[in-house]
Amino acid sequence: MDYIQNTPADAAEMLKSIGVGSVDELFAAIPEGVRLKRPLEIPPALPEQDLLAHLQALAAKNRTFDAGRCFLGAGAYNHFVPAVVDALFSRGEFLSAYTPYQAEASQGTLQHIFEFQTMICELTGMDVANASHYDGGTALEEAVAMAVDHTERKKVVLSGSVNPQYRAVVKSLFKHLGATIIEVAQVRGLTPVATLKEAAQDAACIVLQNPNFLGGIEDLAAVSEIAHAAGALSIASVNPVSLALLKSPGECGCDIAVGEGQPLGIEMNFGGPWAGFIAAKKEFIRGMPGRIVGETVDAAGQRGFTLTLQAREQHIRREKASSNICTNQALMALRATIYLETLGPGGLRRVAELCVQRSHELAAKLAKVPGVKIPFQYPFFHEFVAEVPHPAQTLAKLQERGFLGGLNLQLAFRDLRDHLLLCCTERNTSADIDAFVLALTESLR
Amino acid sequence: MKTIFEKSHPGRSTAYVAAAGADEKPAASFLPASALRTRPPGLPEVSELEIVRHFTELSHRTFSIDGNFYPLGSCTMKYNPKINEKIAAMPGFAKLHPLQGEDTVQGLLELMWNLERMLAEISGMEAVTLQPAAGAQGELTGLLLIRSHHQETRQDQRKEILIPDSAHGTNPATATLSGYKTVSVQSDERGGVDLEDLKSKLSERTAGMMITNPSTLGLFEENIQAIADLVHKAGGLVYMDGANMNAIQGKARPGDFGIDVMHFNLHKTFSTPHGGGGPGSGPVACKKFLEPYLPVPRIQKEGAAFRFDFGQPKSIGKVKAFWGNIGMHIRAYTYIRFHGPEGIRRNAEHAVLNANYLMSLLKKRFKVAYPRICMHEFVIDNTPYAKKTGVRTLDMAKRLLDYNYHPPTIYFPLIVHEAMMIEPTETESRETLEAFASALLKIADEAKSNPELVKKAPHTMPVKRLDEVRAAKNPNVKWCTPCDVPPPPEEPEEGTPGSRN
Repeated sequence: MDYIQNTPADAAEMLKSIGVGSVDELFAAIPEGVRLKRPLEIPPALPEQDLLAHLQALAAKNRTFDAGRCFLGAGAYNHFVPAVVDALFSRGEFLSAYTPYQAEASQGTLQHIFEFQTMICELTGMDVANASHYDGGTALEEAVAMAVDHTERKKVVLSGSVNPQYRAVVKSLFKHLGATIIEVAQVRGLTPVATLKEAAQDAACIVLQNPNFLGGIEDLAAVSEIAHAAGALSIASVNPVSLALLKSPGECGCDIAVGEGQPLGIEMNFGGPWAGFIAAKKEFIRGMPGRIVGETVDAAGQRGFTLTLQAREQHIRREKASSNICTNQALMALRATIYLETLGPGGLRRVAELCVQRSHELAAKLAKVPGVKIPFQYPFFHEFVAEVPHPAQTLAKLQERGFLGGLNLQLAFRDLRDHLLLCCTERNTSADIDAFVLALTESLR
Repeated sequence: MKTIFEKSHPGRSTAYVAAAGADEKPAASFLPASALRTRPPGLPEVSELEIVRHFTELSHRTFSIDGNFYPLGSCTMKYNPKINEKIAAMPGFAKLHPLQGEDTVQGLLELMWNLERMLAEISGMEAVTLQPAAGAQGELTGLLLIRSHHQETRQDQRKEILIPDSAHGTNPATATLSGYKTVSVQSDERGGVDLEDLKSKLSERTAGMMITNPSTLGLFEENIQAIADLVHKAGGLVYMDGANMNAIQGKARPGDFGIDVMHFNLHKTFSTPHGGGGPGSGPVACKKFLEPYLPVPRIQKEGAAFRFDFGQPKSIGKVKAFWGNIGMHIRAYTYIRFHGPEGIRRNAEHAVLNANYLMSLLKKRFKVAYPRICMHEFVIDNTPYAKKTGVRTLDMAKRLLDYNYHPPTIYFPLIVHEAMMIEPTETESRETLEAFASALLKIADEAKSNPELVKKAPHTMPVKRLDEVRAAKNPNVKWCTPCDVPPPPEEPEEGTPGSRN
């Protein structure tokens, strides 16, 4: 089965025009010894009806949790997505276009990316943003690379409260490049500023996450000052929804802001595809990776959009490029764009407010459950740490009761045994929270 | 058309989540004042109907496979089946949290494990990781595997990667990113790797070679086995850029012709949507001896159950947060299962048939850079037209837009002057190929009879040719939103970011 349109009669005519006798002759350049002379050993074809049934059966082996019963965040967030996002995202014109090299025929793609860049700048308080990146982790890796290039230093200071997945991505690349990576462990849920100060000497950058992986709101401005005093760049990895309420990295003096766009109307998709973003002060634009869309005018003087500063990129500069990235996540960035424009400033702020209110409601109610403690006294946005005995068994019991109950932190933070990371968004109502608290109470008996 | 920011109307909004209750405690009261922003982000305020009209209009200003023949060489712009989208959007896949328990995602892990096995069989390799987010990230992953191998065998002096001069720009950019120096290898007059030049550049410093096969010239590397042997004898490994797998799937396997590690582009060969520039997905396949270095987690099958395995001490670590672009894995799996072995092989055969047929229609009037049977694509050299008429490849490409075709890739590969790289794919009909050829031949006539018509094209698009120099000189990459801060006292400098031109 296939989507080929050529009939056998077409193929015969086409072969005649080419001047060969058979399709096999077209493959004569493949040396005889390496031609595959048997069928591939992959499962037989399925017509669409059977294919759908097969995939439905696979999907049915996965367990989805009711929207209000997910209290797990840790880098992937369960937000409400307005129907209009899916409806517009599904348009074939967006799905099946490619990189807008031919600007005149790609004004739609170029403009929606331009609008994305604008809103990322607005949220982060930065001057410039790129057209999106693979994800938050690789966006952070690229920001670190920008800092290493810019400062010509090879020491990277990472807060230990940065998402462990993101730290792993940064380490995979930079350990091969001979960089020194210093990780500053969290103290009571926050990055200890005094320790950062010691580590900042000769560093290319200091990397913080805000809100951090453990939920705490960090003092980005203080860290930017420390970084700049040491001649390092200040890099913040941020949650875009939180920026409806929280001070932006730009206001805190950061040089580069990165993050994950998934909370902006992108389904969790078991971890991808999502859309990372990279924004920076304008002096860094020529060191930024990836596609950037700029405004210009056409031959008749009217406004238009085009890919710009391509001289940074691999298809022009090859081994001297600012990155090897060739794609962006345009389609996922489109979702984020539609989401942000649909919600507007008031809608996004309301989502952020509900995140704060619901998570604080949950924390207050959990603090009254016997055996549960809320150990950190930090300000938090929509995630916080709770001390719970036997976290693995507790999570299993919560799952039996239909709840996705948070992240067992001891897997990634050895000093946080018996701790869960919990999250609330606008999807968790007060009724959901009460049901969860009851289920947790029962699980601990 | 206006940007959404110019359509913004203060106070216009739709409710999507619970409104504030009269008795609720303000969110700001939970947070220190020093943490709060003082100016709201400048997002637009528009109705849902306005959003729908805005994006519908944007979609009308976008060429796509669904709307246009899109023979963009090296990008494999084949039909993206609608069933793929339906399946990827099913809640049983799309609504899964990446950190929910393995026992709750057995169907998806089974799909991923089977996709790995299918890609291993199609490539003739032994192990696969689905983690890389795109082809370029697959390249990085592959070179990190090569690097790890040399480090473990104490051959740290190997710091050079050989790359043919016809290669994609990502190859040398990836070599640099991985800490390697690029050594360029020349192509011979038949478009293949020049073996003498290759020999002269191999040494104890050679870490490996990155090769694209079929090449970006649309040619199968006839000496591929000899090339792999030479690199291996020098102690290097061979990486293959799998961008052009569409031409050889089911016909030949990289693992059988000497490749040690390669990436797939699921958005090319296996029809996942290109999406206006991504997301891609770049699984990496390798031989057994490189498997220990693959990114974690690996997916293991134990009895009938599947689990993530993080315990690989030699692994390069993680190249992407979580597990990869899963939505693309689901689409590619769907596509391969629809086709089966016969369908996959037929895709290669008809991709090659269509490319050769289109070349046969064009070669009487156009100079084909390497005039022999091609694989899935071929390259036209427009130097004769440019010399005779002053009409360049860029002009012809722009004129194609007026005929409602997306142009081929132009000015690539770099070794062909005035290049036009044409890849029709297997899903196009004979009539479409013939109509496209007629349009291009007509444009060739126009280049002679009315060169200005072609040089000023396009004439029918929403905008005329854009001033790219101006865009790059004074980059203006965001709209200056209606701000609630007073405008600066003096006029901003022309063209600086944020100013209106």
